[in-house]
Amino acid sequence: MSEHPSDLRYTKEHEWVRVGDDGTATVGITFFAQDQLGDVVYLVLPKVGSTIERDSKMGEVESVKSISDLFVPVSGEVLEINKDAIDHPERINEAPHDAGWLIKVKLSDETELEKLLSSDEYDQIIAS
Amino acid sequence: MSPDAPLSRTALHPNHIAAKGRMVPFAGWDMPVQYVGVLAEAKAVRTAVGIFDVSHMGRLYIDGMGSGDFLERLLTFSVKNLKAGRARYGFLLTEDGGIIDDTVVYQQSAEDGSKERYLLICNAANRESVTTWINQHMTGFPGVSMTDFTIESVMIAVQGPAAAALVDSLCVGEESPSSLRSFGSMSQMVKLGADASLVEVFIGRTGYTGEDGFEFVADADHGPALWDALVEAGATPCGLGARDVLRLEAGLRLHGSDIDNTKSPLEAGLERFVNMDKESFIGCEALKAQQERGVTQKLVGFQLLEAGIPRHEYTLFNDEKQIGEVTSGTYSPSLDTGIGMGYVFSEYSVLGSHIQIDLRGRPVEAEIVELPFYHRPK
Repeated sequence: MSEHPSDLRYTKEHEWVRVGDDGTATVGITFFAQDQLGDVVYLVLPKVGSTIERDSKMGEVESVKSISDLFVPVSGEVLEINKDAIDHPERINEAPHDAGWLIKVKLSDETELEKLLSSDEYDQIIAS
Repeated sequence: MSPDAPLSRTALHPNHIAAKGRMVPFAGWDMPVQYVGVLAEAKAVRTAVGIFDVSHMGRLYIDGMGSGDFLERLLTFSVKNLKAGRARYGFLLTEDGGIIDDTVVYQQSAEDGSKERYLLICNAANRESVTTWINQHMTGFPGVSMTDFTIESVMIAVQGPAAAALVDSLCVGEESPSSLRSFGSMSQMVKLGADASLVEVFIGRTGYTGEDGFEFVADADHGPALWDALVEAGATPCGLGARDVLRLEAGLRLHGSDIDNTKSPLEAGLERFVNMDKESFIGCEALKAQQERGVTQKLVGFQLLEAGIPRHEYTLFNDEKQIGEVTSGTYSPSLDTGIGMGYVFSEYSVLGSHIQIDLRGRPVEAEIVELPFYHRPK
């Protein structure tokens, strides 16, 4: 059974995107990504109000074992960052698709959503 | 060792698979890096008791008349004046004073002198170089022989404040392991399995975590049942990830990262494990000369003053000047900061002074602090 909910969209860089009704999207890292990283201890996120471009680096997630760059899955303006997850990075391990979300974005180009993967497509990528 | 060579498996490999340990290659062995998570496992050792499969480490018997004299020549500490059952930590050095390996040697000779035997524990990655070095230097000691019994045995570290009570509860002998002093050892009988058969286990009060603890050596055949008995008695299985965090917090050097044959015990800040007054040993002259002229680089411990984790080979700076490199680093759950060790030019090794670390292009402030980072509560 997949750990990756079918109502989310995914990237091959192991981020998920939850699209809201109001032209906003919530972004996080996948169950698979946090499982590979192990215990997350530090998180660097973009500033609220900044504009981020798809595929550019937007931050870092660091676990005891390793450090990984975070990439922007959808372009837009950063509306909110998860301060709770910055203070309690274990949220990302505990609930990567919920309480461990990273940022909320006001989408600047909704057509980018079409380039994201379904949960089935993402599961196929991590299985190969 | 060829990178394509198949990985060796310890006798406890089936236990790790059954417990869903995440297996990784380490020094040619397929070893568990974690079971549930590095931080949960490290916490178990700091607050209760954890067990580690350390069967990949080399176990060598040095036997026969003259083996004390032989080891005295090879090791930085005195072996001959070790009392029965006692152990010491120290080094095998090159002629230049570089560290071939760090080892623990247990005195296992008969008290009446009728039999000489020492148990030498070496690092997994160095088993070949250590056995080669020992064999090369055996000429002139016809009575001495070496037996590598790593494969035929298991070694399990039982570590944490609750280790003594747990180990006592498994042993049936009159003398309890908790009566051992640090670096003492004994042989004990442990009840194992459904038929409660008695199995002999060698137990040393040693470890690599900064906590109280024991290390068991037993026949490989009994390994899986011994591991299961420890888990059943309440020990948390811990992987190499937690082991690395714990040893770093305890300021313990890792050979291959913090020390190697290009570094001397003086540079590594480990002179307390070198006895310059005992009879001469290989590397002694080089160390004396180095002591006289002073070392140009020293290992220091540092604690980050900002978020981030220092990692192997990150550069250390004083202002703009490059002063050294990180040899190992991690996140310390006990201090809730990044910690690390590395060599710097001696003039920058002053306790309390600030240095900067290049964390992938981000300069981060750190303070040089005394080792160990973590002291267990008394």
